[in-house]
Amino acid sequence: MSILTDELRALIGTEVAPFEFEISRNDIRKYAVATGQRQQRYLNGDEAPLLFLFSAMMPVIPLSELLPDGRQPDSPLIPELPLKRIMAGGSEYRVHGRILPGQVLVCRQKLSDLYEKQGGSGPLIFMVFENRFETRDGEPVVTEYLTRIAR
Amino acid sequence: MSRPSIAVGDTLETRRFEADSVQLFLYNAAIWNPHRIHYDLPYTQQAEGHPQLLIDGPLQGDWLTQMVEEWLGEHGVLVSFTYSNRLAAYLGDVLTGAGQVTECDEQGATLSLTLNNQNDKTTTVATSRVRFQARA
Repeated sequence: MSILTDELRALIGTEVAPFEFEISRNDIRKYAVATGQRQQRYLNGDEAPLLFLFSAMMPVIPLSELLPDGRQPDSPLIPELPLKRIMAGGSEYRVHGRILPGQVLVCRQKLSDLYEKQGGSGPLIFMVFENRFETRDGEPVVTEYLTRIAR
Repeated sequence: MSRPSIAVGDTLETRRFEADSVQLFLYNAAIWNPHRIHYDLPYTQQAEGHPQLLIDGPLQGDWLTQMVEEWLGEHGVLVSFTYSNRLAAYLGDVLTGAGQVTECDEQGATLSLTLNNQNDKTTTVATSRVRFQARA
């Protein structure tokens, strides 16, 4: 029997308001050092490594709004599911262009899929989120499909 | 630019990754990640049941992109990258990155990559597609 109800499946396609993320040379340089990067163009901040974009997904909110485990509250795109433990499931990135200092990227987030599988210790629900990074002119830069798993 | 000499089965130079607490702190500061499991050892052990601070999954993904780009040099660009964390990696773990070419044609190549810990358990797997072209 499916644990994904019609109400839950109807949430596929839900979007949240886009947000903007300014790419700073100094932030790229810090990220490059912190990741042990060895390519000079990243260490100089002339371009950002692909996974620098992970930092765009971390909301900057007041300390008083952080959860007891330190985290920012979950994205409003995560639906109320019958399975409560949420795990990372990985990411797929499609690269359309370079990430450059001075760019202001617009991130458009969508719940792009919900499906279930039977795991070894019970059912699993897979949530796939599409994060589209594009310039203000609408040119695509990177599209990420991020999977999170509820069990 | 001529296509580099690449064939299916070619392996990437392995690279060892061993984050210490300073690198872990700087990484999480750089990405603005306040999750206690990366810097608060008593919380990590007592509340979440881990033996040590955790190495971020996306940091491991980044390390594998570095391996691809170092292998590729100026011969091309990354067009896709997919990674998945399979097992927790902890502060003190020695992770070894490895990779090989699984497909190759005139336009580009596909690579398969892994990060294994000191017990030869895989913590992260990845695949990447690159396109051969001169870097702008």
